[in-house]
Amino acid sequence: MNKMPETHYLNATKGIKSWLTTVDHKRIGILYLFSIMFFFFIGGMFAILLRLELLTPSELYIDSDTYNQFFTLHGAIMIFLFIIPAIPAILGNFVLPIMIGAKDVAFPRLNLASWYIYMFGSMFAVFSLVSGGVDTGWTFYTPYSTTTSTSVISMTLGAFILGFSSIFTGLNFIVTVHKLRSPGMTWFKMPLFAWGMYATALIQVLATPILGITLLLLIIERTVGIGIFDPAMGGDPVLYQHFFWFYSHPAVYIMILPGMAIISELITAHSHKKIFGYTAIAYSSLGIAFASFIVWGHHMFTSGQSELAAMIFSFLTFFVAIPSGIKVFNWIATLYKGSIAWTTPMLYTLAFLFLFSIGGLTGIFLGALSVDIHLHDTYFIVAHFHYVMVGGTVIAFLGGLHHWWPKMWGRMYNETQAKIACGLIFVGFNMTFFTQFIMGAKGMPRRYHLYDDVYRPFHAFSTYGSWVMAIGFFLMAYYLFRSLYVGKPAGDNPWGALTHEWSITSPPPEHNFESIPITEHGPYDYDKVVAKSTFTEK
Amino acid sequence: MTDNTQTNEPHVLPLSIYLGVGSILIFLTAVTVYAASFNFGEFNLLIAMLIATVKASLVAMYFMHLKYDNKLYLLLFLSAIVFLGIFIVITMFDTLRRGDIYEIKAGAIRDAVIYDSLHITPDAHALEDSLSISTDTTEIVIDTTK
Ligand code: HEM
Ligand SMILES: [Cu+2]
Repeated sequence: MNKMPETHYLNATKGIKSWLTTVDHKRIGILYLFSIMFFFFIGGMFAILLRLELLTPSELYIDSDTYNQFFTLHGAIMIFLFIIPAIPAILGNFVLPIMIGAKDVAFPRLNLASWYIYMFGSMFAVFSLVSGGVDTGWTFYTPYSTTTSTSVISMTLGAFILGFSSIFTGLNFIVTVHKLRSPGMTWFKMPLFAWGMYATALIQVLATPILGITLLLLIIERTVGIGIFDPAMGGDPVLYQHFFWFYSHPAVYIMILPGMAIISELITAHSHKKIFGYTAIAYSSLGIAFASFIVWGHHMFTSGQSELAAMIFSFLTFFVAIPSGIKVFNWIATLYKGSIAWTTPMLYTLAFLFLFSIGGLTGIFLGALSVDIHLHDTYFIVAHFHYVMVGGTVIAFLGGLHHWWPKMWGRMYNETQAKIACGLIFVGFNMTFFTQFIMGAKGMPRRYHLYDDVYRPFHAFSTYGSWVMAIGFFLMAYYLFRSLYVGKPAGDNPWGALTHEWSITSPPPEHNFESIPITEHGPYDYDKVVAKSTFTEK
Repeated sequence: MTDNTQTNEPHVLPLSIYLGVGSILIFLTAVTVYAASFNFGEFNLLIAMLIATVKASLVAMYFMHLKYDNKLYLLLFLSAIVFLGIFIVITMFDTLRRGDIYEIKAGAIRDAVIYDSLHITPDAHALEDSLSISTDTTEIVIDTTK
C-alpha cells in the first residue's frame, strides 16, 4: 500500500490566508477548481430548470419572461464563467508548469491576479442575476440588448472583466512555454497538452480584446446614445454580430482546443502507446487557431449580411474542419494495437471521440449555406453546440480531472462509481441532445418557451435525459469529495505515464522539483521506456 | 532554464534617442493640427491616418523597444494588426455588397450618417434633406419613391 508524502503543496503552509495570497500555480489551480465548479453547478441548475419547464408544451411553472432570463443566465454562466476558463485555469494551471519541468508559471502574481479578477467579474454576473436578470441570450444581440430593461450592462461588464482574467492566463502560459522549459525539453518534445494550451493562449490573447471592445461599444450605445449598432442613429445592427462572432468563433476554439489537448494526453497514457502523428497534432492546433479567425460569418447566414459574404464564409468554414479531422484520425490511429486500459479517463476519452465527431460533423452541415438557412435557430443548432461543448470540452475536462485527480490530491477515487457516473453522463447526454437534432431538423425553433404539440415526445425524452445526466454528476460530486478523505493513496504514478508530472510525488511538493529535471525521453516513448503503475485496487 | 531566444539584459537606449523621437512626435502632432485646417476632401481621413500610423510606429519601435527586441515580439505585435485587417476587409465584403440582390437590405447602411445629437457637425443637416433622415427625431423615413 502506498503512503502519502509527508509534506506537499497542500500542507506546506496552512490557513485561509496562505491560500488567498498564494502564488503557487497548483494552489491557484485548486482555487479555480472550486470557484469554477461552483458556477458550473449554478449553470447546471438553470439547465435542469429549463428542461423541466420544457417537459410540457404549455406553461408549467415559469412564465415566458422568466424562461428568457433562465436560458440567458444558463448560457452566459456556462460560457463565460465555466467553459472558457475551466480547462486552462484549473488543469492548465495545475499541470502545465510541471509538465514542462518548471517550478511555476512565468508570472506567479499575475496568475493570482487573474483569479481575483475572475472572482470580481463573476460578482457582476451574480449581481445581474439578483438585480432583475438578463433576457437577451448569451450573445447580447442588438437592437434588443440596447433596449431591454434588464441588467444588460452589469452582465456585459462582468464578461468584459472576465476577459482580462482570460488574457492574463493566456499571456502567462505563452511566456511560460517560451521561457521556462527545462533542459532537453525542446518544442517538439513538449507534451501535446502544452501545445494545445499554447495555441489556446494565443487565441485568448488575440481574440478576447475584441469581445471587450464589442461589449464596451454596446454599453456606450446604451448609456450615452452614441450610434454604433442602431440604424436610427446611423449604426448597423449586423455590425454587432460581426464584432461578436469575430471574437466568439475563435472563442469556441478557446473552449475545444484545451479539450483536445487533454485527449492527446489521455489517449496515450491509457493505451500505453506512442502518439500517432505528434507533429500533425501539434501543428493542427496552430492551424485551428488561425482558421478560427476567418469563419465567423457562418453564424450570420440569415442575419441579412450580403450574399457574397455568406458565400465566402460558407466556403471558408469547411477549412476549420480539416485540422479537427486530422486530430481525430491521429487519435484513433494511436489506439490501434495499443494496450488499452479501461480506466475512467479512457472511458471519457472514448466518449469524447464519439461525441465530438458528431458535434464536428454536424458543424459541417451547418457550414453549408443552403442547409443552414433551414436549420439556423432551431434545436439542431442547440444540439450541435452541446455536442461540441459538452460532448467535447466538458467530457474531456472530466477525463482530465479524473486523470490528474490522484496527482492533485494524492488519493484515488472509487473507480467503479466513477465508471458508473461516466456511463450515466454519456447515456443521459445522448438522450438529452440527440433528440434535439431530430426535432430541430423538423423545425422546432430554439429559445421558445411554448411549443407545438408535435414536438412533445422529443422534448419529454430530452428532459428525462437531463435527469439521467444530473444523477451522474451528483454521483461524481459524491465520490470525488469522498475520495479526499477515504481515497487510497495513489502513489506517484498510478497510470504508468511518462510525462514529468508523474515523476514527482502525489500531491507534488511545494516547488515541484527538488532539482531542475532533465528531459531524457519523449513524453510518449512507450515503445522505449516502461513506467510501472504505482496503484492497484486491492 | 533554457533561454534560446535572447539575453535577459535590459536594453538601454541613450537619452538623446528618446528626446529625438519625442520631438518628432510633438512635431507630427503639430502637423496633424495644421493639416486639420485644410479641407482635402476625400483625403482628409487618409492624411490623418497616415500621420497617426507613423507616430504609432515610432512609439512601438523606440519606446516599446520592438526595433531592438527579438523579432518574435514584432511578429506578435504585427499579428494583431493583421487580424484587425482581416476583420475589416471581410466585414466590408458584407457592408459594401449588402444591396447586391435586394436593394432593401442595403438601406440602413447606405443611409447611415455620422450621428450627432448635438448638431455640431454641419454636414448632418445638409444630408438631412437628401437622405430623408430626420436628425431631430432619430427616425428613419424610408423613401419608397426612389
Ligand atoms: C468542426 C468544426 C465546426 C464547424 C464547421 C462549426 C460550424 C458551426 C456553424 C455553421 C454554426 C452556426 C449555425 C447557425 O447559427 O445557424 C455553429 C454554431 C455554434 N457552434 Fe459550431 N462548428 C464547429 C465546431 C464548434 C466547436 C468546437 C464549438 C465549441 C466548443 C462550437 C460551438 C458552437 C456554438 C456555441 C454555436 C451556436 C452559437 C449561438 O448561436 O449561440 N462549434 N457552428
Ligand atoms: Cu462558429
